Amino acid sequence: MVFIEASELVKTYTPKGAPVVRALDGLSLQVPQGTVTALLGPNGAGKTTTVKVLTTLIRPDSGSAAIDGVDVLADPEAVRRMIGASGQYAAVDENLTGFENLEMVGRLYHLGARRARERARELIELFDLVEAQNRVVKGFSGGMRRRIDLAGALVINPPVLFLDEPTTGLDPRSRLALWDVIENLVSGGTTVLLTTQYLEEADRLADSISVIDGGRVIAEGTADELKASVGGQRVALTLVEADETEVVRGILQRYGSGEAVPSNEGKTWVVPVDDGPAALSLIVGAVTGAGLQLHDAGMRRPTLDDVFLQLTGHAAEEHETEQEAA
Amino acid sequence: MSTIESNGSASARRASATLQPVPGSAIGRFLGDGWITTRRNLMKIVRVPDILVFTLLQPIMFVLLFSYVFGAAIDIPGSDYTSFLMAGIFAQTVVFGSTYSGSAMAQDLKDGIIDRFRTLPMNGAAVLVGRTNGDLVINGLSMLVMMGTGFVVGWRATSSVGGFLAGVALLLLFAYAFSWLMAFLGMSVRSPEIINNASFLVLFPLTFVSNAFVPSENLPTPLRVFAEWNPVSALVQSARELFGNVPAGAPVGEAWTAQNPILTVLIGIALLLAVFVPLSIAKFRALGRK
Ligand SMILES: Nc1ncnc2c1ncn2[C@@H]1O[C@H](COP(=O)(O)OP(=O)(O)OP(=O)(O)O)[C@@H](O)[C@H]1O
Ligand SMILES: [Mg+2]
Repeated sequence: MVFIEASELVKTYTPKGAPVVRALDGLSLQVPQGTVTALLGPNGAGKTTTVKVLTTLIRPDSGSAAIDGVDVLADPEAVRRMIGASGQYAAVDENLTGFENLEMVGRLYHLGARRARERARELIELFDLVEAQNRVVKGFSGGMRRRIDLAGALVINPPVLFLDEPTTGLDPRSRLALWDVIENLVSGGTTVLLTTQYLEEADRLADSISVIDGGRVIAEGTADELKASVGGQRVALTLVEADETEVVRGILQRYGSGEAVPSNEGKTWVVPVDDGPAALSLIVGAVTGAGLQLHDAGMRRPTLDDVFLQLTGHAAEEHETEQEAA
Repeated sequence: MSTIESNGSASARRASATLQPVPGSAIGRFLGDGWITTRRNLMKIVRVPDILVFTLLQPIMFVLLFSYVFGAAIDIPGSDYTSFLMAGIFAQTVVFGSTYSGSAMAQDLKDGIIDRFRTLPMNGAAVLVGRTNGDLVINGLSMLVMMGTGFVVGWRATSSVGGFLAGVALLLLFAYAFSWLMAFLGMSVRSPEIINNASFLVLFPLTFVSNAFVPSENLPTPLRVFAEWNPVSALVQSARELFGNVPAGAPVGEAWTAQNPILTVLIGIALLLAVFVPLSIAKFRALGRK
């Protein structure tokens, strides 16, 4: 059964003195009940906008969306009763303690004073914030703040959960813990839509991945389907120095079966190939023959990174560094 | 994670695992939501010392500075300066206090906490109720502090108990209604800095070119006309009348508002509420359309 459904969503922004931005450009999406769908896409692809439309925060210019059959645009109140949401940037009250924040959310879900407090206590424990719970959020680290926000999304154990980049800024332990929490919820029947910059996260959590670019879904399927769709094997090279990149590109283009994609400032190159072993030895021969020093060379099966790279034309990790810089 | 049971079909399990709201009427929920958001805003007064300082110390400072510095220089026929001054300080302080509704609303939007509220099944209008209620409490505290300080420096309300209470109520009610206008501006402008600077630029002249600190009859004609029609003058004059602080034999201005200050303020309160309560609620509900 389809639980989250978006169809033909369009949302445009008209910044002053700048051309119109089509944040969503006919985006459609279906998430079956009890499954996890990950939205993957470069910065500005429209992931956050999609989540905001589905969590009733913004109205699209056109298109429709429903959660468990309830129209998001016509009956946002009913939708809010069954969703939990955590946005890309933590939405917490800086001047309340961690515990008070969660208690307030419980009260505003109308759980009643006693149940709201109980639930806040449970979530504080679940998110490993017992020691910090009575401190004002203003003094929290970014990751702690983030965890309070995520806990806020789980207050009613909602049937549908929207998480916009839930693990960005979390340390590895918190990230693994959150993955466990999400997996537990899903095994209990919760439907989850999350966005992520981490392909590993999509690989691990998502039953289905929708790759978004330019405000529309450009590919969807399971991680394996997506990997298969970009085809065959890869040869990956790492050069000691990145100076003569155009030479490398030429060689890879000659022996590969698709476009060579550089990353890591032109030091690392990946190219799809038809016959892995043969292509690898030819490429290594040609590259060393051209006088370039290799750090590392090998064959591998496509990863979600390759999918991302091939479909969106940019490397995922470059986006991550861009984002950190921003 | 222990809250999820592990028997039954997926949807049946979900149905039992999702926490259900306690039963309640719509109006009960609205009042509850209003109380929760009011409490949140009041917590901020306790947690952020700047606000407390601003709320409590600034009025004390104003009362002392004005009554001693201006009091030494300004001669009010038929009254001592402190008795004349207090209504002006009250009005100025609560009007400026209300601007906090605007900057706080803009700040909350900026911080994203409003987005959290807007994904919850609460009544959106309750966020505004909480905002304006919270600022009413802050203004109430300011009033108490100012009255205490005023008492120490010799201010006395010479009217009846009823008149005194009516004066306090009128000042606070006006400030409350003004809070709704400021909340609307806060949501429209979305920048706490702009709200603060703009309200200072507008309200500072408005409170000074009025009868708050000097009798307006002594002003040059254009300013005098402005001061007589100035709504702040009506508020100040109303408070003076209700506290029994009108100087004996003081002339009454020609403007209708100067002749009917209390009625003017009551009409002002009614207008502000009638316009800006629905407008603010509609603005809040439309936040997602931008
Ligand atoms: N309020 C706004 N005003 C103007 N443009 C906006 C606004 N919000 C989003 N956009 C634009 O819409 C596009 C999609 O933005 P969105 O935030 O959905 O991207 P995203 O996929 O979440 O990116 P990221 O990975 O950086 O979080 C971007 O081009 C962005 O600049
Ligand atoms: Mg985003």
